[in-house]
Amino acid sequence: MKKMSVFSKIYLAVFFSFMYIPIAVMIVFSFNESKSRSVFTGFTLDWYKSLFRNEMILSALGISLVLAFGSAIVATVIGTLASIGINSMRKTTRGIIMNISYMPVINPEIITGVSLMLLFVVAKTAMGGKIFGMSTLLIAHITFNLPYVIFNVTPKLKQMDVKMYEAALDLGCNPRQAFFKVVLPEIMPAVVSSFLICLTYSIDDFIISYFASGTVQTLPIAIYSMTRKKVSPEINALSTIMFVVILSVILLINAKDSQSQKKKKTRA
Amino acid sequence: MDDTVIVALKDIVVDFDDESILSGLSLDIHDKEFVTLLGPSGCGKTTTLRVIGGFQSPKSGSVFFDGKDITALPPYKRHVNTVFQKYALFPHLNVYENVAFSLRLKKVPEAQIKSSVLEMLELVGLKGFERRNTTTLSGGQQQRVAIARALVGHPRVLLLDEPLGALDLKLRKEMQAELKRIQQSLNITFIYVTHDQEEALTMSDTVVVMKGGYIQQIGTPVDIYNEPQNAFVADFIGESNILSGVMDKDFMVEFGGQTFTCVDKGFTRQQLVDVVVRPEDIKIVPTIQGQLSGVVKSVLFKGVHYEMIVEQAGYEWKIHSTQAQQPGEIVGMNIGPDEIHIMHKMED
Amino acid sequence: MKSKPCAYPYLVWMVIFIAAPLLMVLYFAFTDKAGNFTLANLSGLGQYSAVFVRSILLAAIATVICLVLAYPLSYMLSRLHASKQRIMLMLIMLPMWMNFLLRTYAWMTLLEKNGLINRFFGLFGLGPFQMINTQGAVVLGMVYNYLPYMILPLYTIMVKIDNSVIEAAQDLGAGLIGTVTKVLIPLSMPGITTGITMVFVPSISTFIISRMLGGGSNLLIGDLIELQFLGNSYNYNLGSAMSLVLMVIVLLCMSLTNQLDSEEKEGML
Repeated sequence: MKKMSVFSKIYLAVFFSFMYIPIAVMIVFSFNESKSRSVFTGFTLDWYKSLFRNEMILSALGISLVLAFGSAIVATVIGTLASIGINSMRKTTRGIIMNISYMPVINPEIITGVSLMLLFVVAKTAMGGKIFGMSTLLIAHITFNLPYVIFNVTPKLKQMDVKMYEAALDLGCNPRQAFFKVVLPEIMPAVVSSFLICLTYSIDDFIISYFASGTVQTLPIAIYSMTRKKVSPEINALSTIMFVVILSVILLINAKDSQSQKKKKTRA
Repeated sequence: MDDTVIVALKDIVVDFDDESILSGLSLDIHDKEFVTLLGPSGCGKTTTLRVIGGFQSPKSGSVFFDGKDITALPPYKRHVNTVFQKYALFPHLNVYENVAFSLRLKKVPEAQIKSSVLEMLELVGLKGFERRNTTTLSGGQQQRVAIARALVGHPRVLLLDEPLGALDLKLRKEMQAELKRIQQSLNITFIYVTHDQEEALTMSDTVVVMKGGYIQQIGTPVDIYNEPQNAFVADFIGESNILSGVMDKDFMVEFGGQTFTCVDKGFTRQQLVDVVVRPEDIKIVPTIQGQLSGVVKSVLFKGVHYEMIVEQAGYEWKIHSTQAQQPGEIVGMNIGPDEIHIMHKMED
Repeated sequence: MKSKPCAYPYLVWMVIFIAAPLLMVLYFAFTDKAGNFTLANLSGLGQYSAVFVRSILLAAIATVICLVLAYPLSYMLSRLHASKQRIMLMLIMLPMWMNFLLRTYAWMTLLEKNGLINRFFGLFGLGPFQMINTQGAVVLGMVYNYLPYMILPLYTIMVKIDNSVIEAAQDLGAGLIGTVTKVLIPLSMPGITTGITMVFVPSISTFIISRMLGGGSNLLIGDLIELQFLGNSYNYNLGSAMSLVLMVIVLLCMSLTNQLDSEEKEGML
């Protein structure tokens, strides 16, 4: 089936309009002069201006970025170390650990959210004082990011020839040198991609943050509070900006990918 | 070759999950020798190599290097280097950096590293490949990089774990000669693990035949081939006809319903023994002149010779001969006294 | 490699922040506010049975719609030229990268009483229809948000199905329906089951989609739980009991689909 049938073409067209019309509408109405969400009255950039003056959004963005980088760094370090440890464990122990690690992945996010909230509430009553805030958010984000690091890095470690580590020892590395000179470079792609996954999950997360945040507003929480207001065209502007950012990042990655693929092809 | 013992294993015991891999293995390896550990998979040959390399600590027993006990020494403090089965090249480093790896660790001056690396690459025939990515090399070339990388630190002993297993037949032959050449030009000890008997016989000064964690026989390739100490060695090294026989008295053995003169003595009368006869040691003669006679079951052309299966008294003899017989023909077979190898029955 | 200690920080983390919180849910579900053992939380859930049934029903409908929509799409994708597949996949993933609150908000504005869709119908003298704040809108939101979760596993498994297998089936006399039911579906079963769980689990536990598109009248389990923890009801014990039941439903769903998967495998042997 090299050539698509007419049916396939129509099907794909309908599917993609379903996926993209809502986004297109938002983008169009982000430039709408009036607050109306259905009648386009004229072009304006006012909503973008007011978005960039919106203290709540800006501070939420800052918090989200700090949170994303903080939790991604900690999760990547702990998770990579954990993968190395887990990799050298017996099969049964490894199985148990992997199964528990799976819990936050398979559990509905709301469960992870409320269970962490319960823990924080209990800790609060035990220790007193203000607990909810940046620290609880960090803990929550590290917690839901960790499994992704482990599930990314462990397969790469398994794939790695054990002999590679032994070869390093054989050639005079002590275990620490063997890790930094051979094992780490070898698993680096998985570590980097784990870090990026953590970043995106962290920036995107709403549900778990919602239960762990107290009064601190991350970007998704700020967005949520904006959607609760009757009409806020600033959201459209924000969506448009996000869409453009994501689109350009993806295009950039793709361009780089195909470039390196071409390079490989010509080399071979 | 000289008589100094460079590596000595004393009563090495290794268990994996309660399964015994090596059960009290002792072995002396002489300096500047090409020693091959030969045996079927699971015989403990690779484990023995790993014990010498320091990757496997024995449950008990000791490893000596140049007279010193190195049992507790980690791999990176031993003066041996390893060529791994699938080469274990570092994919993030190019050919030059792979070979330079151990020198960089030792903080050798850059100029010296360069000359050492280039010298090694020349030795293994990879001059001009310095900047190449290891993943773009062929199997044979990767193999050569692995050898250069292991040799650049001038180890006194090189361990090779089935290094040619992944190569095709033609390349394997080439590399066998190459390895032998390298060993002789560097004049160091090679300890080589393989399950390929032909490889072992071609390259080695000494062959160590192993089975089930025990050494079956140690000797020169010629000794091992001509004077196998038991039926396992006989069967594993080359092809053999192995029959049950009875020693009538010294120099007289009975098998296949006939009595033969042989060169063995020292068995008790009527002792049950294994009789081993190599397929190329059986002469096909006209039926009347034959000590034994049988029916030709099949004939296969093998290039240099024909391989025939001849059935005689219920036993199927394998015979190599340059003359083909017709299937169904009745032929006579003669076996000279020197060609009959008598062995104690194996306890299985 | 003596590297087991590397895992210790994570193990500690796992025990405190993954295992302990879940045990706490269990503890709170079986105790009252004073900390005494009780089954009242669980038995009290009876009065919310309508919400539970609605949640399961809506999530199931959304899952089925996703499967029906995604299956042919994934197949078409898998038969495309490799470079085209990349672009299509990217296009499918792209909306997923946007925060789901924004995606859901987009539908809110479209479905409104004087939203764009009603205005469009108005051109033909139809409507206005009540679309927002209905169960249909909730299902739509679920389908829109989670459809890629169905497409991706299906597509991943379908690219592995060789064209010659399909041709062989046709060669042996299978028609379109025969090829699909006897060859394609059995071979893509692992993808189907993964897709089902990946859509069903977030659908049944959502509280945002129901709140934004369902108005106040179409509460789901997620909304109930949220109300107990952060809303006006404020009852951790009851909320924990609800969470527990939700977990059980999710586990049941997963073991059901797993069974589907293994039965299919046995059938293939």
